Amino acid sequence: MKATGAVSFWQATLAVLWKDLAAEWRSRELLSAMLVFALLVIFIFNFALELQTQLRAGLSAGILWVTLIFAGTLGLNRSLAVEKDRGCLDGLLLAPVDRAAIYAGKALANWVFMLIVAAIMLPLFGIFYNASLVLPGVVLVVLLGAEGYVAVGTLLASMAVQARTRDILLPILLFPVVIPVVVAAVKATGGYLQALPLEEIRPWLNLLGVYDVIFTSVAFMVFDSILEE
Amino acid sequence: MIEVHHLTKRYGPKVVLRRLDLRVEKGEFVALLGPNGAGKTTLLRILASLSKPTLGEVWIAGYRLRDQAAWVRRRLGVVSHQPLLYGDLSAEENLRFYARLYGLENAETRIREVLTLVGLWARRRDLVRTFSRGMQQRLAIGRAILHDPEVLLLDEPHTGLDQEACDMLDQLLRQVAARGRTVVMTSHDLARAADLASRFDVLSGGHIQASVRREDLAGDALLTFYRQALGSENATEGTGEVHL
Repeated sequence: MKATGAVSFWQATLAVLWKDLAAEWRSRELLSAMLVFALLVIFIFNFALELQTQLRAGLSAGILWVTLIFAGTLGLNRSLAVEKDRGCLDGLLLAPVDRAAIYAGKALANWVFMLIVAAIMLPLFGIFYNASLVLPGVVLVVLLGAEGYVAVGTLLASMAVQARTRDILLPILLFPVVIPVVVAAVKATGGYLQALPLEEIRPWLNLLGVYDVIFTSVAFMVFDSILEE
Repeated sequence: MIEVHHLTKRYGPKVVLRRLDLRVEKGEFVALLGPNGAGKTTLLRILASLSKPTLGEVWIAGYRLRDQAAWVRRRLGVVSHQPLLYGDLSAEENLRFYARLYGLENAETRIREVLTLVGLWARRRDLVRTFSRGMQQRLAIGRAILHDPEVLLLDEPHTGLDQEACDMLDQLLRQVAARGRTVVMTSHDLARAADLASRFDVLSGGHIQASVRREDLAGDALLTFYRQALGSENATEGTGEVHL
């Protein structure tokens, strides 16, 4: 047995991703909590608003993203709490790997979980809100929006998990920062649902892309500092 | 193997470690003793690169912790109060995950060796959350020695274990020490520390108050040494005598 020395960034990232997916496959705690919560939100909105069919279709984009963002917060909290509660975060930090790879692995896993929830939610919206959301354009917006959300969310959850009030702290820290993602995602999704020309949707897609690049880069740069005592 | 110079750690206004100096030679088994709140865990966390010192320098295996932390981590194994294991993964999967993070060659062979050593080979496919505290702690030791580290840091490893599990843990630690590894272990259990360690350091008031080697300690005088060290600010290092 011998340590080969340097573990590449991607080897470490994939190891963390594999670990998160394998653990979730066993417990299904995180995904089931996110899914049940998302279903309840859709259900409550459906009956609370009692909208006419046409109006309901127009609000779908907003309700979809509110649902995804709230369900995503549950997932982010849980994802980092698992690491903290059993001291596993220390186990990760003790590994001789680039700590940005730990962030990348956790963020990728959270992205996958959010996309699984979205994949289940999109067809359900068709039933509840009389609007087909399974469109290539909407899928693109979900991919971009979820990436920006988990990029910031994983970083802030790593910070919030150190606090006793982490469940409350994360939404307070996260929601103001992700406002641009929510606004752009709702506008772009709404644009695709209303079949607007691409020229009108493109600025929102550009905003999502720029947000993703900037905040993912910032997260990579500051993750190590955030975890230091 | 471990050199600590003028180490100070502050949490806000509270000074936990105050210009602490420590030197541990290769192959030594040092028991770090001291009352609650003395700073033992803080010192171990700094040595493990999990916490940054406010002032001072730490060298481990010739690498300066401040700017060569990844090299230091490759040579460290850490066992803390918590098992640092994932309950929803099996024993084998936990070790496989850490083997990937440490870039181990022949990982499967090493995992088998370690699981056999800690007596968990038969339970390798069971989820860690089904393990008793003693079994989890044995697996935690297995995780810590998986990459065959030169230095092993143990923070109260006997906490919460029953007698049988403690004995098994001691046996494991003796095997590790017998292989010439450097071990630093914090403990409140003087009897166990006396049984395992080759040197005893008493940490109090933010620095090492006294230090004695096993061979300089007469009979069962560790308790006396410990009490005198805590009552003294002028302990003489290395002689086994504490001047009050």
